Amino acid sequence: MAIWLTKESKVIVQGMTGSEGSKHTRRMLAAGTNVVGGVNPRKAGQTVDFDGTELPVFASVADAMAQTGADVTVIFVPPQFTKGAVVEAIDAGIDLAVVITEGVPVHDTAAFWAYNVAKGERTRIIGPNCPGIASPGASNAGIIPADITGSGRIGLVSKSGTLTYQMMYELRDIGFSTCVGIGGDPIIGTTHIDALAAFEADPETDAIVMIGEIGGDAEERAADFIKANVTKPVVGYIAGFTAPPGKTMGHAGAIISGSAGTAEAKKAALEAVGVKVGKTPTETAKLMREIMSGG
Amino acid sequence: MDLYEYQGRDLFERHGLPVLAGGVATTPEEARAIAERLGGRVVVKAQVKVGGRGKAGGVKLAEGAEETVARATDILGMDIKGHTVHKVMITVTADVAEEYYFSYLLDRANRTFLCIASVAGGMDIEQVAAETPEKVVKAPIDANTGVDEAKAREIVAAAGFPAEVADQVVEVAVGLWKAFVAEDATLVEVNPLARTSEGKLLLLDAKITLDENAAFRHPDHEALVDQAAVDPLEQAAKEKDLNYVKLDGEVGIIGNGAGLVMSTLDVVAYAGERHGGVKPANFLDIGGGASAAVMANGLEIVLSDPSVKSVFVNVFGGITACDEVANGIVQALALLQQRGEQVTKPLVVRLDGNNAEAGRAILDGANNPLVQRVDTMDGAAERAAELAAAGV
Repeated sequence: MAIWLTKESKVIVQGMTGSEGSKHTRRMLAAGTNVVGGVNPRKAGQTVDFDGTELPVFASVADAMAQTGADVTVIFVPPQFTKGAVVEAIDAGIDLAVVITEGVPVHDTAAFWAYNVAKGERTRIIGPNCPGIASPGASNAGIIPADITGSGRIGLVSKSGTLTYQMMYELRDIGFSTCVGIGGDPIIGTTHIDALAAFEADPETDAIVMIGEIGGDAEERAADFIKANVTKPVVGYIAGFTAPPGKTMGHAGAIISGSAGTAEAKKAALEAVGVKVGKTPTETAKLMREIMSGG
Repeated sequence: MDLYEYQGRDLFERHGLPVLAGGVATTPEEARAIAERLGGRVVVKAQVKVGGRGKAGGVKLAEGAEETVARATDILGMDIKGHTVHKVMITVTADVAEEYYFSYLLDRANRTFLCIASVAGGMDIEQVAAETPEKVVKAPIDANTGVDEAKAREIVAAAGFPAEVADQVVEVAVGLWKAFVAEDATLVEVNPLARTSEGKLLLLDAKITLDENAAFRHPDHEALVDQAAVDPLEQAAKEKDLNYVKLDGEVGIIGNGAGLVMSTLDVVAYAGERHGGVKPANFLDIGGGASAAVMANGLEIVLSDPSVKSVFVNVFGGITACDEVANGIVQALALLQQRGEQVTKPLVVRLDGNNAEAGRAILDGANNPLVQRVDTMDGAAERAAELAAAGV
């Protein structure tokens, strides 16, 4: 069953005709994702061939949903058009919008998030600046490589793309129910807490890996949430112990401001609620391995 | 990007907010010209992006041009908590009767913006909030409806601003919000927001952070970057579109993806504890889908750092193909040697993921004595630290 993305999900791609969008549409199809079309108002009515699969281009998200029953959109449009693309997806009332685009101004993200809240949060937004969501063996919405791991019973939520891949690789013999890359921006649509809640409720997930990094206090709040609401075992990993304060480390949100947002504080908060935190990705994987083998 | 106070003052002035007349000087002679233009008594303030400059002697009053030149001479070149003063801001003075606090900032936890206002200004707001929380108002701001007059009145009432300044604070609150949005700021902090003895409201300090992701719609923001303060290696990296941060260790780091690179720094630092305390020399994320050319550019930057004694290339190929990375390493080394540069620093490479086998085969085939392949991230970090310690 996994969370948020299943075999039954019908996926459209906003920006499918662009270079990133078309590259990853091809990869998603190869991973077995049920991609049913793309959106580009200037190319509406055309079709695009992806190694023998003809995908229709629609004028709008609403159009694509009406004609295909799509319930997931993956957004690859450039940063200056991202807000408009997400607002369009919200207006169409789609279930899940996965925003891959990196470099979206935070005022734009704040605006589309506020718009989503005003519309009753009908749409789950993942990202921006994220690798997307993959339920191995079932569906893949975004840019997470599909061939790292098969399906299994570990849930993974992470701010970082490559650390997601690294963890999937380390635990590929056990496998994952769903891997969610929530993104490294200061404001994101889906948080660690949202994913923890969904994994807790998912009968196909037995344990959860949570990967965080410096900046903000999302990990600390996740620790509080775990204490109150999560009964499944959780192991954690935090990146950025050696990052200097005041410097943005790649991700727009990865910055220690004054004394706030340090890796130490996040690790301490997680350990205080009984979450084991690995010192390296490999050690974290080992902790999860012990849990999955009943250790 | 954090702005200097004088850049903040200029920005407020451009947006029609009430600030003191002033200017910025990099030399005592420029200070003289500003003092002559302003006339009378002025305040000379060191421009550094660190607190506590007043206590360090970086803020002085001066009467007339000669005294301004003397104070500017004292302050320029001063060291304040490791920051050298290259600029002073000179403004006219104000007769301050009361000090308040006002800011807009990003509220990551609630995925929105926040206004913080207090009638207890002029001091550290976090301290005020800890000691007298009733004096600090925190009002969430909807990103789409923003701060109009009604919202501003709500904030002013909640914070308990005195009646005689209420209308002025409302005006500043609305104007400051417009500036916050128009400039794509993630922080505008005014501390103090002052009432003069004549009852006029003034923004007496400015702490502003601008969102670099919004640079595409603010071509003018580029000019706000303090080129003198930019590390030359960071500048060279930026020109090549590389995401590089200079650190102060000995192990050069190249990886793909911000999270993996941050993690690599940590793992190297842990390994360094066992090898003479060596540390990571930099953060360098070559990004997803990096080509051989990008790898070569990255390697060139890292190898040009004289404090680097060894380099750790840590790649997990998701989109990035490891054979491309391996080709990049081989090409970069050949290129540097062609240019007559002696590459003597050892490289430790760990490749996993997309096309890892092909990438490893390319490195093994090239058989460069400087390149060592290690299969695991932890093992490779250990080896890179060991080599750096031996090379120090």
